[in-house]
Amino acid sequence: MYNFDLIKPKTLADAVAAMGDGAQALSGGQTLLPTMKQRLADPGTLVSLTGIPELQGVCQGDGGIIIGGATPHAVVAKEALKYYPALAALAGQIGDPAVRNRGTIGGSIANNDPSACYPAAALGSGAIIQTNAREIAADDYFLGMFETALDDGEIVTAVKFPVPQVAAYIKFVQPASRFALVGVFVAKFADGVRVAITGASNNGVFRWSEAEAALSANFTPDAIAGLTLPADDMIADLHGSADYRAHLCGVMTKRAVIAAG
Amino acid sequence: MPKDGGIGESTKRREDIRFLTGKGRYTDDINLRGQAFACFLRSEVANGRINSIDTSAAMSMPGVLTILTGDDFTGMGGNPAGWLINSRNGEPMKEPKRPVLAHGKVRHVGDAYAMVVAETYGQARDAAAAIEADITELPAVVDMAKALADSTNLVHDEIGTNQCFDWGWIEDNRAAVDEAFKNAPHVTTLELVNNRLIPNAMEPRASLADYDAGTGDYKLYTTSQNPHLHRLLIAAFVMGMPENKLTVIAPDVGGGFGSKIYHYGEEAAVLAAAKAINRPVKWVAERSESFLSDAHGRDHVTKIELATTKDGEFLALRTETLANVGAYLSNFSTATPTFLHGTLMAGPYKTPLVYVNVKTVFTNTAPVDAYRGAGRPEATFSIERVVDKCARELGIDQAEIRRKNLLTPDQFPYTTPVGLVYDTGNYQATMDKMTELADLAGFEKRRAASAKNGKLRGLGLSTWIEACGIAPSNLVGVLGARVGLFDAATVRVNATGNISVMTGAHSHGQGHETVFAQIVAEQLGIPASSVEIVHGDTSKIPFGMGSYGSRSLAVAGSAMTKAVDKIIAKGKKIAAHMLEASEQDIEFKDGSFSVAGTDKAKTFGEIAFSAYVPHNYPLETLEPGLEETAFYDPANFTYPAGAYACEVEVDPDTGKVEITAFTCADDFGNVMNPMIVDGQVHGGVGQGIGQALLESTSYDENGQLLTGSYMDYAMPRADDVPFYTVDHSCITPCTHNPLGVKGCGEAGAIGSPPAVINAVIDALQRGGHTHVKHIDMPASPARVWAAINNA
Ligand SMILES: Cc1cc2nc3c(=O)[nH]c(=O)nc-3n(C[C@H](O)[C@H](O)[C@H](O)COP(=O)(O)OP(=O)(O)OC[C@H]3O[C@@H](n4cnc5c(N)ncnc54)[C@H](O)[C@@H]3O)c2cc1C
Repeated sequence: MYNFDLIKPKTLADAVAAMGDGAQALSGGQTLLPTMKQRLADPGTLVSLTGIPELQGVCQGDGGIIIGGATPHAVVAKEALKYYPALAALAGQIGDPAVRNRGTIGGSIANNDPSACYPAAALGSGAIIQTNAREIAADDYFLGMFETALDDGEIVTAVKFPVPQVAAYIKFVQPASRFALVGVFVAKFADGVRVAITGASNNGVFRWSEAEAALSANFTPDAIAGLTLPADDMIADLHGSADYRAHLCGVMTKRAVIAAG
Repeated sequence: MPKDGGIGESTKRREDIRFLTGKGRYTDDINLRGQAFACFLRSEVANGRINSIDTSAAMSMPGVLTILTGDDFTGMGGNPAGWLINSRNGEPMKEPKRPVLAHGKVRHVGDAYAMVVAETYGQARDAAAAIEADITELPAVVDMAKALADSTNLVHDEIGTNQCFDWGWIEDNRAAVDEAFKNAPHVTTLELVNNRLIPNAMEPRASLADYDAGTGDYKLYTTSQNPHLHRLLIAAFVMGMPENKLTVIAPDVGGGFGSKIYHYGEEAAVLAAAKAINRPVKWVAERSESFLSDAHGRDHVTKIELATTKDGEFLALRTETLANVGAYLSNFSTATPTFLHGTLMAGPYKTPLVYVNVKTVFTNTAPVDAYRGAGRPEATFSIERVVDKCARELGIDQAEIRRKNLLTPDQFPYTTPVGLVYDTGNYQATMDKMTELADLAGFEKRRAASAKNGKLRGLGLSTWIEACGIAPSNLVGVLGARVGLFDAATVRVNATGNISVMTGAHSHGQGHETVFAQIVAEQLGIPASSVEIVHGDTSKIPFGMGSYGSRSLAVAGSAMTKAVDKIIAKGKKIAAHMLEASEQDIEFKDGSFSVAGTDKAKTFGEIAFSAYVPHNYPLETLEPGLEETAFYDPANFTYPAGAYACEVEVDPDTGKVEITAFTCADDFGNVMNPMIVDGQVHGGVGQGIGQALLESTSYDENGQLLTGSYMDYAMPRADDVPFYTVDHSCITPCTHNPLGVKGCGEAGAIGSPPAVINAVIDALQRGGHTHVKHIDMPASPARVWAAINNA
């Protein structure tokens, strides 16, 4: 690890001010710190977000539940349960207890790892990403592997999730990292079904529109029996070929529909 | 039996108290005054010519004390291979020098070519990044077959080939074996890969070197499974100093699995640096360095053929194996694919004719050496897979084909066609036990239940044997070993009757401190709590060859028993004097020396006290003191054996394999502490399941390690393994060591991989995917799914 300065603001305003000159946000550190330890990142100045009360917690708001940007996964797993069980279950499957008690939702969606879980929930729920500057619809937020609509220095302050009638996340784990090899989030709202898939595509999390249309008409696994996704843009690596991932997208979507009930 | 646990008791592990409360003392917990820190600069290319290394900028960085490169070690010896293997044509193996730091060429990603020593580790690392090395990248030699075919691209230019040796075992039997194949009614052929594994001990390698400029003595604290072997290799072979000038201490060591048997360049480098700057120097590997530079395991590519009658009687077996040794010969790397592998190819079977050919190949990858099981898992996997395939081809039940060919109790001692003499065994007993415990009879019912849930259930068996208790020096000497493989112990009885046992075995997780104390306590009739086991320090232990090859109890435990016998003999002398009787009339039982047929007796404590307060000893005939040392060299290997059953459920939609049950019926000879034996089997099977389903070491064609972290290298975790059913009640005691013990440390890792793969194949076959004859390990979901769908 290279030397760095650490700023620990107590308010969002102080954090935003501290982000001014090329500093980097530090939330749970579960992604950033390992990268720094390997000397693959040299941020110079880190602004810690975990001591800011405004960024913590789960609560019910207008049109959905609101999760503070620095809320750890373990808190979401517990406190979102009564509002949005599928989201709580997703949070409860991220990493291990240590990761869940430090890693945060803001860090996860700011990082937008192509195999991370939260992006599937955010996109699958049609969430709104709130930052210190604006609100961004999930559909406009995830721009590709590790890419988001965030500007330099912009901080995710909260994520607002509309709560569907039923939903489920099914994660087929990559055997080593236990991130999603393919993870599918299916959410059924009054006005239609959303299907978001993580882990599979070279372009990061995406919506499977054909499946959404079919499931909106008929919310059963059979509705998507004939549908397949092209393997062209799927990730191919040691843990699975593009064909395999394309196939798993179908299998996991069906299982998510069954689990959502 | 002592009240606090003797032989056969499941005594809780005394060492766990310190391990579980954070009081263990590992190399990195030791800090010496004034210590500096080393960082190694490692090659980023798999094969490269070092044109120059400019350290001037790095030398002027803050805190830097010294920088050493390969040039600084050209006067030192190479790190040797411990076993000379001759090729079929009689030529000795090729032994290119393995220098302390790479010199002239770097030969694998992670090959260290410079070392920076600085006041802090961070400074050393900063400075290492500032070293300017001009290295020309050369095409990497990665694939073994290509390495042999292409003599223009060499890992070691000076030997003119990438082949280390071409070994035939037993060469004289080759013609007869080939003849048997020509006439065989049925031949089953299988090509398979035994996947390369990265050991991943929980504690990374670490060394702390100290040099005393006043006496010229060196001290090395290091992560070693065998401190005396380290001392020998470093002092006599590499650094060229008398052994009495070097003390090697292996304190608590957090797992080794083989990888810490060997001497690595970093250890000599920190010793040299400690002398150069006259300060202690510490190095602790980062996890990424462990992935790149610890000796890996396995990595065989094998073609195996089994000739049988139409009703499945084995007639002959033949294998051709390419074994990867990586970029340099690690200390046991030449013994592992040969005498720990080829000599096991008869398995537990009557197969009358066996021939094994092994070509070892240099590649631009990390060195490969013995890893839990070492050669025997490779042998067992090949045999048990081909037996399984043969059974399917002939339409014979898997259990049936094994029963038909297993050696029977009346055949022992049995001389195999590959040069071993199995002293004892009862393979039918373990087979019966496994059949009962695994409820083989109920399998069909369970399969039907799985099928209802859309899952394919399969059953896989493995009947395995190993040769361990390594090793009879007489025998291995003939076969090319350059060391003896005896062990030693000193039993020191203190004046107040408590005991220190100095053993040459090294415990790095096994529980020796508990078990060895149980044994000595039982033998001397004293409480186990008054016996202390001392290990891991060349200045305290008479000698020892360490722990690996399931040898600790069978070899070091036997040495300890011999030393205890000498203590009892001496105690009788003392008792005879004290009781005014003749030595022949003294009996020793339950901690008491008595005159036969009388009530005159002295306790063990009284004898001990008298030995150190010898006020009226007849000094011409009786020496004071009560301390004995014994060396023990085994007469033969020991031959644990067992029968395993694995049951799996395969999800045909994803290819995911779940192990639903795993049953082990083992014969380990006499069992000293059943709980610890259970634990060893659990750990071994866990590692075997890791190999079979999860662990894959992958280099790309440029020799870059693609699985260099836990993000891509899948280790088995608690929820990847089932609750095991483990039994070791079938016992045929070893016939040639005093405790009648065989060894259990590697068994699980040896016997389990084929049981798992056999079960996966069985599941697919029964599920109608009859085109799937074999799946290479690890049978990851992606591979299983691909196998199902590549019809
Ligand atoms: C062993 C392990 C297993 C894991 N398994 C999973 C898994 O199964 N599924 C999964 O989804 N994830 C997994 N993760 C990742 C984990 O969820 C991380 O917590 C998450 O990716 C990052 O969150 P963090 O709070 O730790 O962010 P940090 O590491 O602190 O930051 C990550 C990045 O986001 C930026 N950032 C952080 N917070 C904000 C913010 N509020 N606004 C703007 N930018 C911000 C940082 O500057 C940095 O670039 C795993 C991690 C580990 C170590």
